[in-house]
Amino acid sequence: MKALECIGLKKSFGVVAAVDDLSFSVEEREAVGIIGPNGAGKTTVFNLITGLYRPSGGQVRFFGEDITAIDPARPVTLGIARTFQNLRLFKSLTVLDNVMVPILVREGYGPAGAILLSRRHVDAERNARQRAMELLGLFRLAGKAHLPAGSLPYGEQRRLELSRALAAAPRLLLIDEPGAGMNPREIQGLLSDIREIKENFGLTILIIEHQMGLVMRLSDRLVVMDFGRKIAEGTPGEIKKDPDVIRAYLGASAC
Amino acid sequence: MTFFKSARRLLLVSAVVYLLLKALFLSGFATEYIQQIILYAFIVIMGALGLNVIYGYTGQFSLGQAAFYGIGAYTSAYLTHVFAIESVLPFLPVLLVSGLFSALIGYLIGFPILRLRDDFLAIATLGFGIFVRSFLDNSDRLIDALGGARGFVGIPRIANLELVFAVMVFLVLVTRNLIFSRYGLFWQCIKDDELASSSFGINIGRMKSMAFTYGCFLAGVAGGLYAHLYTFLHPSNFDFLKSIDFLIIVIVGGMGSITGTIFAGLVWVGFIEGLRIVLPSGLLEYRWVFIPILLIALMFWRPYGLMAQRESKLLGIGKSP
Repeated sequence: MKALECIGLKKSFGVVAAVDDLSFSVEEREAVGIIGPNGAGKTTVFNLITGLYRPSGGQVRFFGEDITAIDPARPVTLGIARTFQNLRLFKSLTVLDNVMVPILVREGYGPAGAILLSRRHVDAERNARQRAMELLGLFRLAGKAHLPAGSLPYGEQRRLELSRALAAAPRLLLIDEPGAGMNPREIQGLLSDIREIKENFGLTILIIEHQMGLVMRLSDRLVVMDFGRKIAEGTPGEIKKDPDVIRAYLGASAC
Repeated sequence: MTFFKSARRLLLVSAVVYLLLKALFLSGFATEYIQQIILYAFIVIMGALGLNVIYGYTGQFSLGQAAFYGIGAYTSAYLTHVFAIESVLPFLPVLLVSGLFSALIGYLIGFPILRLRDDFLAIATLGFGIFVRSFLDNSDRLIDALGGARGFVGIPRIANLELVFAVMVFLVLVTRNLIFSRYGLFWQCIKDDELASSSFGINIGRMKSMAFTYGCFLAGVAGGLYAHLYTFLHPSNFDFLKSIDFLIIVIVGGMGSITGTIFAGLVWVGFIEGLRIVLPSGLLEYRWVFIPILLIALMFWRPYGLMAQRESKLLGIGKSP
């Protein structure tokens, strides 16, 4: 079954077409990578899928349901979670609280229950804390649960973003440049982390990445973008040999 | 049950403080004037706590807190006037209604203005404050008992130590429970990053409105007590400068700290009124030279306020078990 389909997706800012007639799909439990030079429109695609931008044309479907121009607060309730390219943690909250947020959003207790400390509220909080600690353990952050998220080193903040996204119990995980600003050793760790969560949680993954090594080894298929358009699509092996891709990345003379 | 169990520590400390104050009041050591100032400090703490929920926790910069304080004060004074209430027990529902009425106004005014952010929200709430002030100035044309620019006179003195202190402790508890529930968590998320909050399913509009409405409720209750402590209301008691008072307490205490608001409220009122006693009358007006200098010094020394985001373990205000 197709987890995600983008059909003829368009987004223009004034005269610039950031995304132009883009079509691709992601099968359930597949990992698809979007690559392309800076400014190719990759992050715009994520923002279109999650409703932060309203498409100028085209359609987005999630497990068959039309979610074009969805309210930005809704994708997570359908099972779409994302990480952000330039880290958007709740910096003044603790590491633990960051991961508890998506869990508690799904809880049903109301303000009265919160004020009176109803059993439902207390249980919900306890379960959420437990679940969050498990996730933090998975990402080797359990020891830092009570530090402010903003005080973590960069690499750990990246891992925290991933654990927060997983706390939303997504079916589809959108990962925006997880390797940005990381050294090769950290990237190696990240690669095995993402592989592991993909297996354990049965996730479908759409990932934007610049680090070729990372994205090639992680993805089942790649979509290559340049100037908002799809210029190639295929397995990592096929993409490596594609002349259009080589031209976009390395310049025409490299052919 | 859990409500009281989790509050044991705070209730214990409160009981001790109450006994000390009661002894102080009965001993005759504290003059009527000083007793009044102490009660006034507790009232101001409630109003500032409301602003801390709105601004300190949720990040909504409001300069209109005094307007909601005034709405609560006038509502309660009018109700005790109409129903000829003079004792504490029948006054409790009046207090609740005053808080709820302030909250209702806050809720309604929130629809148009809470879409605004930062400075824009500040201007809108400032404007609302001016509107309320002018309304109160001319209120006698609508309802003569409100007194307009002459002031509302003849309010019964109902707010005693027991009432003010009990209401404050209760509201601190309620606020603590809200802040350390998922609602408080979502409020702080919104303050940190609205876009990420909404991406993780937090309903920004509803959560902002809830914080604002609750903050206005606290201001309304505080106003109701104020009216029945001083027995006289004048529109100038609820103008822009009063809003700044609340703002200073929140910032000095620490944005996002209940303990900080309590301490800063005591320090602020104690300081302003204390200087009135200590300074010779010729120097009294120099208060407004010393105080800003001290505030500037404080901002260098503790830019995040006295408590920053911490809570006091002693008071048992931290996260409930």
